[in-house]
Amino acid sequence: MKIAVLSGKGGTGKTLVSVNLASSAKKSTYIDCDVEEPNGHLFFKPKHIKTEDINIKIPLVDYNLCNGCRKCVEFCKFNALAYIKNKVMVFDDVCHSCGGCMLFCPTNAISEKDKKIGEVQKGISDNVTVVTGMLNTGEASGVPIIKKLLSYNIEDNENTVGDKLTFIDCPPGSACVVMESIKDADYCVLVAEPTVFGVHNLEMVYELVRLFNKPYGVVLNKCMDGENPAERFCLDRNIKVLGKIPFESELGTLNSNALISIRENKRYKDMFSKILQKVTEEVRNETIVNP
Amino acid sequence: MKIAIPVNDKTMDTDVCISFGRTPYFLIYDTESKESTFLDNAAASSQGGAGILAAQTIVDNKADALLTPRCGQNAADVINAGNVKIYKTINDSLKDNIDAFNKGELKLLSEIHAGFHNHGGK
Repeated sequence: MKIAVLSGKGGTGKTLVSVNLASSAKKSTYIDCDVEEPNGHLFFKPKHIKTEDINIKIPLVDYNLCNGCRKCVEFCKFNALAYIKNKVMVFDDVCHSCGGCMLFCPTNAISEKDKKIGEVQKGISDNVTVVTGMLNTGEASGVPIIKKLLSYNIEDNENTVGDKLTFIDCPPGSACVVMESIKDADYCVLVAEPTVFGVHNLEMVYELVRLFNKPYGVVLNKCMDGENPAERFCLDRNIKVLGKIPFESELGTLNSNALISIRENKRYKDMFSKILQKVTEEVRNETIVNP
Repeated sequence: MKIAIPVNDKTMDTDVCISFGRTPYFLIYDTESKESTFLDNAAASSQGGAGILAAQTIVDNKADALLTPRCGQNAADVINAGNVKIYKTINDSLKDNIDAFNKGELKLLSEIHAGFHNHGGK
């Protein structure tokens, strides 16, 4: 079963939750889909790393075949092409790899070539298989890397007996890269901060998972005494609260030293094990109610 | 000689636009015949690559020079490929800049910024 962990903004605790949940499972896969700034590997420090380059397709123009009709230039909504002095200029960094220019070229002057946009690293950290996507700085979209990351998991699961758990650490927000990351998830864990601002961000991902018809629950992070607007939000809408993580300097210190709290502290191990148990129960119920 | 300038309105009293790629209009001004033509900038509402499309417009309209406060790397690549010279404007007055250009007082734009979206300037 695939569990996606998401939040409306960065710094809410997606990585804290997904890294600790993945470590709490007997055997699991952790996939870091936050390809612009992957940081799960800093906690896991995986060994036996295998790396694979991720390429996208960008147009390659054969100037002997080009008749200068400019159909490609006019088609490109991202303005990745220009036609100057009887030559097509291609701006690799602006191209979104849609392939439209190639389809529209009446003389077949455009073919495609590979351009490396990042890589995928796969390694092992005790009971967790750690898969990390890394997008090169300045690239337009991490979607091709996320697609590759999630396809790895399918290959892996085919070779694994039993219901292995996969945790998908999503990018922040609710844009294309997040949609791609949760697309095939069986369950979504939304991480929320106890502030009014946190509620606004929670609402963004709450709308997204409902739009995608995903079963979901909320983990309340950084909980302190007193009013918790995110908890109120959940109560008002009858949203399942999977667990509460306290705002504690001990947890913060472990985390800022890139340590996995459940591997260091029994109390945190119990806390995350409880959340994991709730999540797996929720997923099982969901598959029974809505197979 | 034909010069192109990004401008905020379609009159000769208007100001030079601070943005090249997303300026609402371009003035194409012929320094010999004093003829002026205002063009809508199709790139103003582009999703991305506005500088590239705006530069294409400048080259297609056969300008010999572009007067602009600033210009990104991708746009500059297109403009340079089209053999158009880029000059830096001295202030936001359209008239002052045309006068300065006619007197040969404008300097070539030496600072091409890397773009604002991490696309240009590798």
